[in-house]
Amino acid sequence: MENLERILGEHPFFRNLDESHLAVLVGCATNTRFNAGDYIFREDEDADSFYLIRHGKVALELHTPTGGTLTIATLEEGEVLGWSWLVPPYRWRFDARAIGPVVAIGLDGKCLRGKCEDDHNLGYELVKRFAAIITERLQATRLQLLDVYATHA
Amino acid sequence: MPDSMSPRRFIVRRNRRETYDTFTLDLEPVDGDGLCFKPGQFNQLWAYGMGESPISISGDPTRPEVLIHTIRAVGPVTEAMKRYKPGDMVGVRGPFGAPWPVEAGEGGDLLFIAGGIGLAPLRPAVYQAIHTRERFRRVSLLMGARTPADLIYRSELERWRSRFDMRVAVSVDVAKESDKWFGNVGFVTALIPRVQFDVDDVVALICGPEIMIRNAARDLIGRGVPEDKIYISMERNMHCGVGLCGHCQWGSEFVCADGPVFRYDKVGHLMAVREV
Repeated sequence: MENLERILGEHPFFRNLDESHLAVLVGCATNTRFNAGDYIFREDEDADSFYLIRHGKVALELHTPTGGTLTIATLEEGEVLGWSWLVPPYRWRFDARAIGPVVAIGLDGKCLRGKCEDDHNLGYELVKRFAAIITERLQATRLQLLDVYATHA
Repeated sequence: MPDSMSPRRFIVRRNRRETYDTFTLDLEPVDGDGLCFKPGQFNQLWAYGMGESPISISGDPTRPEVLIHTIRAVGPVTEAMKRYKPGDMVGVRGPFGAPWPVEAGEGGDLLFIAGGIGLAPLRPAVYQAIHTRERFRRVSLLMGARTPADLIYRSELERWRSRFDMRVAVSVDVAKESDKWFGNVGFVTALIPRVQFDVDDVVALICGPEIMIRNAARDLIGRGVPEDKIYISMERNMHCGVGLCGHCQWGSEFVCADGPVFRYDKVGHLMAVREV
């Protein structure tokens, strides 16, 4: 547990988090591993967890009947995978697939939702951190959609 | 000024296809020495019977005997050049413009950020950094493209990536299963937090579509990189190449003569102004 606390505390996403909050998070955290090609989660499944990637790369994918599987983003070491656990209806919107071996810390979102209801300071802290990531990725998605490298851009 | 206004004749030695709409011409002078240039400068390339187009030089500045231009076919002049074969003739005026100040990064970290064909004007600066590698600490190149098929200089990117003294990260906006792409997917700015550089001692050189430049520069500034350590290369409607005709005026600057490379603190305020 002590080791997990250190790993969580050193992860960029939880850097400078209050020690008491870190202790709560440790109670909801587990070490997880995925092999290359494993699906970490699939679209429309219950979103009851999120992951801090420690090693490896994860592809976020969407499947379209005509275009096949599209990779829309890749995430790697130091980044956070998944925020659907935080927002109703708590279902994944994409597939997440390990491109190679992935080592991550999995956090039980269901457990954390309860803790955040009990301790709004913890909830606010987590929402602030996720909001920064959501904003960053929304902005990047807008730029992807603009197709800026096309001739007409 | 007869030199800058009179095209020199160059012979096409090779025309390589980079992507479906982008190609690279290797040119040699018909007479006289090769064309000496600095990274970031451009030439006006003349397609006889068609007209001129400003194109950045994308070769190695230590090898002026071969003049290399990577060109995207977007209009009549560049469409004509796309069809050039070895032995065809091209008129060349230049070199023009302010270069990338690669030396400004000496002693610290050097960060290149390229988007699409924006790697072409940056490539001479990358060559310079490689030739003088010992003068820098970390050298990183972040490259973004639309899809894996739109990556230019792919084999060279792979070669640079295999170097132990340089970090190269490539990302595409979207990848299909059939692309067999195992690299990064996402906008190029997503790569910025994935490379290490000292925000207090880095020089960043950015080239690509204007909106990509703007966002990459904002991201760097948000991370604490001072504006005067960021350099960008701009594109405007350049004609004369020497700041006389005024076609490329951008605020108080003439892109052909004062640029195309600008320090961000001098021009950042113009980036979001639609009227210039």
